[in-house]
Amino acid sequence: MLKSRILPVLTVVAAIVAVWYVAAVFMNAPVQRDMDKRAGITSTTWELVEKTMSQAKPTLPAPHQIASNFFENTFQRKITSKRSLVYHGWVTLSSTLLGFAFGTALGIVIAVGIVHLKSLERSLMPWIIASQTVPILAIAPMVIVVLGAINITGLIPKALISTYLSFFPVTVGMVKGLRSPEAMHLDLMRTYNSSVGQTFWKLRVPASVPYLFTSMKVAIAASLVGAIVGELPTGAVAGIGSKLLAGSYYSQTIDMWAALIAGSVLAALLVAGVDIASRITNRLMGGRPA
Amino acid sequence: MSSLSRSSWQAAVSVVLTIAALVKLPIFADGAANPLSTVALIVIVILTLTGAFAALLLQQRAAVAAILFVTAHAGAWLLLSNLSGNEGQARAPFFLLIAANWLLAWACVTQLSALRPESREIAVALRLLIPAIFGAWVLILWEAATRGFGVPFVLLPPPSAIGARIVNSMPVLAADVQQTIFKAVLFGYVVGSASGFAIAILADRVDFLRRGLLPIGNFVSALPIIGVAPIMVMWFGFDWHSKAAVVVIMTFFPMLVNTVAGLGTAGHMERDLMRTYASDYWQTLLKLRLPAAMPFIFNALKINSTLALIGAIVAEFFGTPIVGMGFRISTEVGRMNVDMVWAEIFVAALAGSLSYGLIALVERSVTFWHPSNRN
Repeated sequence: MLKSRILPVLTVVAAIVAVWYVAAVFMNAPVQRDMDKRAGITSTTWELVEKTMSQAKPTLPAPHQIASNFFENTFQRKITSKRSLVYHGWVTLSSTLLGFAFGTALGIVIAVGIVHLKSLERSLMPWIIASQTVPILAIAPMVIVVLGAINITGLIPKALISTYLSFFPVTVGMVKGLRSPEAMHLDLMRTYNSSVGQTFWKLRVPASVPYLFTSMKVAIAASLVGAIVGELPTGAVAGIGSKLLAGSYYSQTIDMWAALIAGSVLAALLVAGVDIASRITNRLMGGRPA
Repeated sequence: MSSLSRSSWQAAVSVVLTIAALVKLPIFADGAANPLSTVALIVIVILTLTGAFAALLLQQRAAVAAILFVTAHAGAWLLLSNLSGNEGQARAPFFLLIAANWLLAWACVTQLSALRPESREIAVALRLLIPAIFGAWVLILWEAATRGFGVPFVLLPPPSAIGARIVNSMPVLAADVQQTIFKAVLFGYVVGSASGFAIAILADRVDFLRRGLLPIGNFVSALPIIGVAPIMVMWFGFDWHSKAAVVVIMTFFPMLVNTVAGLGTAGHMERDLMRTYASDYWQTLLKLRLPAAMPFIFNALKINSTLALIGAIVAEFFGTPIVGMGFRISTEVGRMNVDMVWAEIFVAALAGSLSYGLIALVERSVTFWHPSNRN
């Protein structure tokens, strides 16, 4: 277990970090030489290397700079502070979760409709698939500005973008899940003379739960991307996306990387949360751990 | 008989709506510039009722569907064409008639979905026609709602205005497509997918690397990678190179993960067979495992075609020369020219669908052996 799984991952991570340090030195060196020349300092190679890793606005910050910035802004600030990553993360998280809830509900409703109405399946399904070939994030700025024009601001517009991004995986997964009962089981329900509703609640819904959770993992990651991009175009005042935008305006590269890490941590936590919920549900429904 | 009456409740409701509309005339408010002529109103009502009663009384599915198709769309077209000059003046009967025609179109789709045509050509045509009717009605309802209620242009322009804008700004749109799609997206897509593929082959050769890379690749696919866009813009400048870099990063991981997964799909039997032929690693790879991995690789190519467009457009929000789809969207939003934004979105949707369709076509010819492509 340890040797076959964790060791390779750790090796690759270590390799990435090593490459990162080397890249940081090489990418920051030209600027550092320039700064030294202006200050009239000649530094040895080793001094130069050290300086490249402690610039205020490096081209590529070294991993330890990002880590210390992330640590400082996450754990050492009051969470109400505008500079706290926890605060920005919470803003993004709230619209992510709202959009995810909308998207999941919408996806389930559409899937139920598609499974039960033949005309809906044949007319809507091609469009649902086509809707995913549309680079919908492009619409984000407009949704936000236009809704802002009629005084809908804040959480809802961002959540709408997340909704759009997250409904599709849920729809596709749920259609598959609701259709997953075998013909034999459906026939059994028919021999019981069960109605469409009974077949739905007692057979189709329980059968679809694993599919639902698998697609919810994809959906929540997509939802987070939607929330972050939704924060970009308006110069939003808070959120991971606005932190990225502010960083790019003022060339605060370390801040940008820290915000990126915060977004990644958020994504990991959300996916892990869905995973835990799926395990608990599975156990409550009497599933045995595989 | 029971199946027929069940499928034509839409027609019955449609009759009720038409009568309700006739009770509550006139269609447009008193001050409307072009009040609807009595002749046009009679034609619309007759069309709607013809469709409804055809659906209620006739037995033959194909005939009913054809009549409904004609009446519903002719009625809607008449209603919409009489709307010009009367924007925002429409009263309840207008929307009741639109709704009546919409229900007829729904009944038409229900009839079409229940058809079991003998020939394959007709089945294919039906498979295209049914979603086309749905799409057309989304546009009709959109047009009727925006112009009938007089929705402010900035909020949601009617589709006809967007269409006019597309036709009028062809050169601008073409320049944006050239900058964003043919420079940034294409380059990034090819480089990102190819390098993901190459690393996947390497990981397949070196098992230690596979065990290390796969969990990381899976993890990274869940991350909001799009966030590297501002960093790439800082590194590679405002021109298309920075967008291509974002696209490379975004397309790399899906390709890596899918190719590695695909290379594992060839069964033991087939591999044993290759071993009895004394084929070496590369022969097995080229003749057995890569073809078996093709469905996975094409899946990655499809995912990547959308991701690439998204990556390039969002990266342009962080700074571009004065051309490009993302640039146009963000500036025209600022100037409240929403019809131009919708035009760009339409072009992006078209590009996305075309590239998806192209990949799907190539996939069909490459993976002709796969069960999902045999019938």
